[in-house]
Amino acid sequence: MRPALIAFLVLLAVLAGLPFYADNLTVFVTMCLAKSLAVLGILVLIRADQVSFGHAMYFAIGAYAAAFLSSAWRDIDLTLLVLAAMAASMVAGLLVGLFVTRYRGIFFGMINLAFSMVLYSILEKAFHITGGSDGMRIRRPTLMGFEFKRAEFDIVMFYVSLGIAAVCFLLVWRYLRSPLGQALRAVKTNETRLEYLGLSARHVLLAGYVVSAVLCGLGGVLMGTVQGLATPEHGFWSRSAELVFIAVLGGQGHVAGAFAGTVIFETVRTFAAAILDDSWQLILGVVLIAIILWAPGGLVELWQRATRRRPRPASEPVETGRQSMEVRR
Amino acid sequence: MTLNLVVLALLDGVAYAALLFLVAVGLTLIFGVLGILNIAHGSLYAIGAYVTATLGQWLVAAGYNPWLTFPALVVAAVVVGVVLGGAIERLLLQRIYSKEPILQLLVTFAVFMILENLQRMIWGVQPYYMSEPLTLLGNVSVLGINYTAYQVLFLPLAAVAVLIGLRWFLRHTSMGAQILAVTEDREAATAIGINATRVYLMTFILGACFAALGGALATPTTSLVTGMGANMIVLSFAVAATAGLGQIEGAAISALMIGIARSFAVYLSPELEVIMPYLIMVLVLLVRPSGLFGRETVRKI
Repeated sequence: MRPALIAFLVLLAVLAGLPFYADNLTVFVTMCLAKSLAVLGILVLIRADQVSFGHAMYFAIGAYAAAFLSSAWRDIDLTLLVLAAMAASMVAGLLVGLFVTRYRGIFFGMINLAFSMVLYSILEKAFHITGGSDGMRIRRPTLMGFEFKRAEFDIVMFYVSLGIAAVCFLLVWRYLRSPLGQALRAVKTNETRLEYLGLSARHVLLAGYVVSAVLCGLGGVLMGTVQGLATPEHGFWSRSAELVFIAVLGGQGHVAGAFAGTVIFETVRTFAAAILDDSWQLILGVVLIAIILWAPGGLVELWQRATRRRPRPASEPVETGRQSMEVRR
Repeated sequence: MTLNLVVLALLDGVAYAALLFLVAVGLTLIFGVLGILNIAHGSLYAIGAYVTATLGQWLVAAGYNPWLTFPALVVAAVVVGVVLGGAIERLLLQRIYSKEPILQLLVTFAVFMILENLQRMIWGVQPYYMSEPLTLLGNVSVLGINYTAYQVLFLPLAAVAVLIGLRWFLRHTSMGAQILAVTEDREAATAIGINATRVYLMTFILGACFAALGGALATPTTSLVTGMGANMIVLSFAVAATAGLGQIEGAAISALMIGIARSFAVYLSPELEVIMPYLIMVLVLLVRPSGLFGRETVRKI
């Protein structure tokens, strides 16, 4: 077996045992898992060299889809909530994606931001439908017909999140290695060459965009259900910024970066935010600049530097190719 | 909708468009020359506004002639533009021109986060006011509507002055010619002895000054609250993108379009107010992907 797969299974086993030896950490890790799914979504787009400053909108769409369902039917099943969130974020991702995938780089990032600010202000202003800035409650759902008490439900949510996250990370890992995922990387390197191969760069990016929207939606429904609340805050630009930040912190070289980045980010925030609440964004900004200037590959690159002799991550030769093209221009 | 309401909406729109243009023209100028979209631009706008409010309040409290608040608007804008803009370009942007565009975008985004936070730390979250220039100029009557002269005359005149001044500066001064040359082809401009590093710095400072000036001129018309920077960066991007990034005259036209459309939305259906600018941007970009006046870029193979 490949070492990466072994590491994945060991991590899964360690996490699965969490409720037995570190009960007080389960809710924290559940939230990390939910958020890391959204970060994974950002990571998919970064593969194509695109940054979205508005992906928190799909996070909010996931959470609100669950909130609307749970306020319409009392004892709804968690499976339905998750499916509804996936469907809602997929449809939204497809509609917005059809438009934004015409653009790259700056336009791509900023138009996403514009869409997310529109959604945020709608969620905040239409208070008779969405509860305004107070948000909507998400009632504790049943699972396969069973009802749970608060403490039990936390454990249930933990295993559900762990299961969903494990499947998603595996699937995304597979996806990025598949021809479609490789084509995503080619969008970054050279689109025109990609199209000479007979593939539509727009469709490749659209597929990636919908995948990333669904991942964010999944993160949103899990986070919303754990907190029992969907608020416009979930879709605010600073949330999108946080997701991008964590993705860059984790590094774009490997899907594991998304999870490692989220755990470190959330740990630091939980322990430091109480003291540094006033200067939290300031610190994020400074750290982000430091990463970009000195370790653009993030945690993944630092890990590869530490474990291998090779000073550069494996993805580098692709970029040198691109730079040489630009010099010859 | 009565005629009165139409006139009122038009006046609102023009005043707002003047401010939008000032911020957007800075954004589009920096993009045109440096090729960087400065997300921290919205923060420069907000900080320009806060510095103006502080300076103006101090002038009034210290008992100086309230007319001094007018030069204070410009002084605050220039100070913010030169100090902050200069520092950002010198200390940060100069290190990243050779990096990938995605990383450049992230760096200005990081600066935006830092500045938003600093602004909250310095000025807190309570709203600020400084309305002396507005009250000093009094009201004028336009088609039977009483409106503040500051918004009807001063703001549009300031915007037109900036537009004409900028055109003249770019076409008829040596520095302007150097900026245009670097925009056209940085390497060739360097080869004929133009100091491109200096041109980048000057352009960024100039753009930053416009953003801060937009904020300074907005101060008398509104109360300053946190989050105004975030709103403004997206709005001014919408204006610049609708016109086509890098288009200076185009930015004036799309600022007018978006400003007036927005103020009509305020009177007709207030819930559309926030969405209006983006609606226009999306509609324009659907038909013309590189903006109203933008040129299609040639793809590299």
